[in-house]
Amino acid sequence: MNGYYSRKLHSLLGVIPLGLFFIEHALTNFGAFEGGLARFNAGVKLINDLPLLWLLEWGLIYLPLIYHGVFGLYIAYQAKPNNGRFQYSRNWRYLFQRITGVITFVYIIWHVYETRIQLALGNITHEQLGSTMHDIFVQPGLFILYLIGVVSASFHFANGLWSFFVSWGITVGPRAQRVSSYICMTLFVLVSVMLVLSMIAFRGAEFQEATAWLDTVKSVLS
Amino acid sequence: MAEQTASTKKVKFIITRQDSPESAPYAEEFELPYRPGMNVISALMEIQRNPQNAKGEKVAPVCWESNCLEEVCGACSMVINGKPRQACAALVDKLEQPIRVQPMRTFPVVRDLVIDRSRMFNALKRVKAWIPIDGTYDLGPGPRMAEKKRQWAYELSKCMTCGVCLEACPNVNDKSDFIGPAAISQVRLFNAHPTGEMNADERLDALMDDGGIEGCGNSQNCVRSCPKGIPLTTSIAEINKQTTKHLFKKWLSV
Repeated sequence: MNGYYSRKLHSLLGVIPLGLFFIEHALTNFGAFEGGLARFNAGVKLINDLPLLWLLEWGLIYLPLIYHGVFGLYIAYQAKPNNGRFQYSRNWRYLFQRITGVITFVYIIWHVYETRIQLALGNITHEQLGSTMHDIFVQPGLFILYLIGVVSASFHFANGLWSFFVSWGITVGPRAQRVSSYICMTLFVLVSVMLVLSMIAFRGAEFQEATAWLDTVKSVLS
Repeated sequence: MAEQTASTKKVKFIITRQDSPESAPYAEEFELPYRPGMNVISALMEIQRNPQNAKGEKVAPVCWESNCLEEVCGACSMVINGKPRQACAALVDKLEQPIRVQPMRTFPVVRDLVIDRSRMFNALKRVKAWIPIDGTYDLGPGPRMAEKKRQWAYELSKCMTCGVCLEACPNVNDKSDFIGPAAISQVRLFNAHPTGEMNADERLDALMDDGGIEGCGNSQNCVRSCPKGIPLTTSIAEINKQTTKHLFKKWLSV
C-alpha cells in the first residue's frame, strides 16, 4: 500500500475505533471506583450483552490494534530524535509519543494476556475479572508496572489525538493547535486520573471477597 | 598599537572537517584574532588566508559554500553551536565560545562544511513547485491574486531552500524518505496562486505518495528553526487539509 494511505489509516484507526474504545474502557473501569464491584460487573455485562460481540471485538479492537501497533513500531523505528539539540516542548512530545507507543504496545500484550486470553482459555469468568485485577494490583511491583502502562497509554492517546487533528487538517493555524493541545493535555490528565483511581479501587477488599466467595463456592462444589 | 590590542583577543573555533565524501570526519581547532563585527564566514575567510590550526600546523583551508552574505541565498547553512543556521548571519559576538561548526549531516557531505542539497531541488521538481504558463500561443494575463492572500503567500516565497528545516526535522533521516517541510510549504504557495491553483491536484498527488506529507511527525522543530520565519507547520497542516479533501474527492468521484 502507498505510504500515504497506510499512514493515514494508522492515524484514523488510532482515534476511530481505538481512541473511542480506550475512553469506553476507562469509563467501565471507573465504574469500579464509583460504584464498586456491582457497578464494574454491570459495565462488563453491558459490553458482553452486545450482539455480534466477536465481530465487534475483532473489527473494532483486535485488527485495528494489531495494525496500529505494528505500523506504529515501524514509525517509531524511523524516527531519529534530536531532543538534545532542539529542546522544544513539541519536540519532547514527539519523542514521548514514540516511547509511550512502544510501552503501550508491550503493556497491552501483557494486559490482554492476563484478562481476555485467560477468559478465552476458560481460566477465569467475566465475573472474576474484578478479582483478577485485584490480585494483580495488590502486588506493589505489578501495580507500578500497570501505572506506567496506563499513564503511557493515556498520553499516547491524548497526544495522538492532537496529532490526528493536525494530520487531517482540522487544526491548521498556531492558535488552533495551541488550544487543541490544551484540550488534549487536559484529556491526558483526566483519563490518567480516572484509570489510576480505578486501579486503586480494584485494590479494595470488596474485589478480594469476590474470589474468597468464589473459592468457598468452589470448595463446596468440589 | 590598535593592531596589537586587536590581536591579543582570540576566537576559538572547533570545526568538524571531512576530506572527502567517503572519509571519516574529524575535529580541528583554530584560533583566530578577534575583529569587531566578525561572523562565521569572515572567520572561515581568515582561515583561508592563513590555514593554520590551533597547534600551529599548516593545514588545508576549510571548505565551505556561501554567496549572498546577507541570509537570503541559503548556501552557507551549517550547524553552529548545535543549531543549523546561516553562517553569514552568525555573529561571533553573539556566540558562545569555543564556536563549534559542523556540516548539516542530514545531507551528503562533499567536503568539510560543503554539503549536497540536491534532494531539496529534486523535491521541488517532484511537487512541481512552479506555475506552468508556457504554450504555443499567448495565454493572456492570469486571474488576479487578492492582496490579502498575496501578503501571506509572500512570506512562503521567502524560502531559500537552505535545508535548515530538514536538518532540524527528526523524521528526515536515512531510515525515512520524508520529503521535508520546505517542499510542502512550496506546494501551499503554488496552490494559493490563482494560476498555479489550476494544477493544484498534481502537486497534492505528488505529496500523497511514499515519502510525501505522511512523513511529518509533528515535532514542529522546522517552524522554530526556519531563518526566514516561514510558518512551516501551518503550511503542513494546510496541505494536510488539502490532501484530505483531495483524498475524499478522488474516492467519491469514481
